[in-house]
Amino acid sequence: MKNYSEIQITSDNNAISCFGLSRNYGKVQALKDLNLTVPYGSIFGFLGRNGAGKTTTIRILAGLARPSSGSAWVAGIEATRTDSIARQRFGYLPQNPAFYHWMTPVEYLDYAARLFGLSLKERKQRIEEMLQLVDLQSVSHRRIGGFSGGMVQRLGIAQALVHHPQVLILDEPTSALDPAGRHEVLELIASLRGRVTVFFSTHILNDVERVCDTVAIIHKGERLLESSREDLLNKYPVNTAELELDNHHQADGEWKETLEKQPWINSIQTEQNIVRITVTDVARGKQALLPLVAGLGLIINRIQWVRPSLEDIFLKISA
Amino acid sequence: MRTLKFTLSIFFAAVRKEIVQQWRTKRFLVLIAVFLLFGLGSPLLVKMTPELIKSEPNGEELIKLLPPPTAAEAVASYIDMIGSFGYIVVILMGMNAVAGEKESFTASLILSKPMPRWVFVLSKFTAQLLVYTSAFLIGGLTAYYCIVVLFGAVDVLLMIKINVLLLMFLVTYIGIALLASVLGRTVAAAGGVGLGLAVLIGFSRNIPHYGKWTPDGLMVWARELGSITENVTANPGAIIGTLALVLIFLIGSVVLFERQEIQ
Repeated sequence: MKNYSEIQITSDNNAISCFGLSRNYGKVQALKDLNLTVPYGSIFGFLGRNGAGKTTTIRILAGLARPSSGSAWVAGIEATRTDSIARQRFGYLPQNPAFYHWMTPVEYLDYAARLFGLSLKERKQRIEEMLQLVDLQSVSHRRIGGFSGGMVQRLGIAQALVHHPQVLILDEPTSALDPAGRHEVLELIASLRGRVTVFFSTHILNDVERVCDTVAIIHKGERLLESSREDLLNKYPVNTAELELDNHHQADGEWKETLEKQPWINSIQTEQNIVRITVTDVARGKQALLPLVAGLGLIINRIQWVRPSLEDIFLKISA
Repeated sequence: MRTLKFTLSIFFAAVRKEIVQQWRTKRFLVLIAVFLLFGLGSPLLVKMTPELIKSEPNGEELIKLLPPPTAAEAVASYIDMIGSFGYIVVILMGMNAVAGEKESFTASLILSKPMPRWVFVLSKFTAQLLVYTSAFLIGGLTAYYCIVVLFGAVDVLLMIKINVLLLMFLVTYIGIALLASVLGRTVAAAGGVGLGLAVLIGFSRNIPHYGKWTPDGLMVWARELGSITENVTANPGAIIGTLALVLIFLIGSVVLFERQEIQ
């Protein structure tokens, strides 16, 4: 076993750094020379389609898998050397966290805290704090075996935070949850802002838009971009008119065909009574769209010029 | 030293969790029941054999030809029971240890914490050793008590010697079950590997010159002690061979587990 002093410490100031991380499974390259930097204090969204390499990256960071080449550092300690000491500095929640069904939340958190070397007094205090944070006090002595998906996920976050980690690594924390559970978990993640660096992978773009301040997009094992959410959205011009129709029956009328024929209109998306019209010539669009729509007999409650959504950007980048 | 203390605290926490798990999932009770059955069943069966024969047609005539059952027969029956079924019980109960955690994905959460993988594996072995030894002791004491009650006094030291050899024989299979559990991705696969390895160990007694140093050598020694004769050949080579095998299984389990990717 090594002391902290014996372990190589990075000089950079990032919560997570990956340098040329690659992972091959036979002939399949799950990760290709991935470079990534997650600044301290950020809520970092690691975005990618299913099979993009998100879970592979996270499992390497968590010490559960080894890279074929490259290295990764979490909170200043090299995680890719699978040294167990590195794991003291982060908390990890896998995509489908599994607990011992015969344990209660208090027992599991106590076991987790023991593995991090917390004293009896610290354990008691942290368990109470964590149960309160994830709102599981009322079921703290019930067997985990009977918990719902949302409760399991919240317990997962509690066990990942029990030792005051500097970094919290979450793999698709909301993908298996119903809307209520998703809301709860996102609120919880947002509440951690400023207290711990959160690195979470997801393919749900709404989640990223809601809570993340920094975003990286990974596709087929390669990092396509890394940027603050605002910079990313600012890079893309305000080129989309969002129209709210008076009722959704209008959304599938002949007007759509007429609009699609306009050379300055790029695409039209409808969702219930919301129509998103992306234009190629913003000046022309702002001048001509409203009279055109009015002339087609559509009753409009609201019109607003907006940026493309993260979903639009993601689809464009990872196409 | 601080690091060693920390590692030891993790080890003891893991052993404690394993023992509590054996109790809460009723595995410990099942083991106690099984070894109680071995300890109680063997002397009872030997004692009741004449009665069973008597109940058969011409049994009364047949029984006159047979000598009355003895303590030595009861001890031999107990040894055979452990030798024939004990190792299967150990493998069936132990195959879940690592494979079960891999299959249910509980291992990934635990191994993302500062628990070294060797601690994960060895804590399971240690806990199983303690739990199985406790259950075995209960079975052994029961066997001794029943034999004394049913057949008269038996040398305590002799019974202790026999039980130590039997326990060492079973410890080999704790090691086999652990290695199989590391090798198998699922509990069922681990069970298959474990029974396969057990068969191989069983065959190893036929290796010329070296066969007597295998765990089976311990059984032969225990049977000789159980026959309560003057001429018993001590076989320390079997103890050394068995301990070496257990060590190989443990090292193999740790090395293989260190190289595995955990899902």
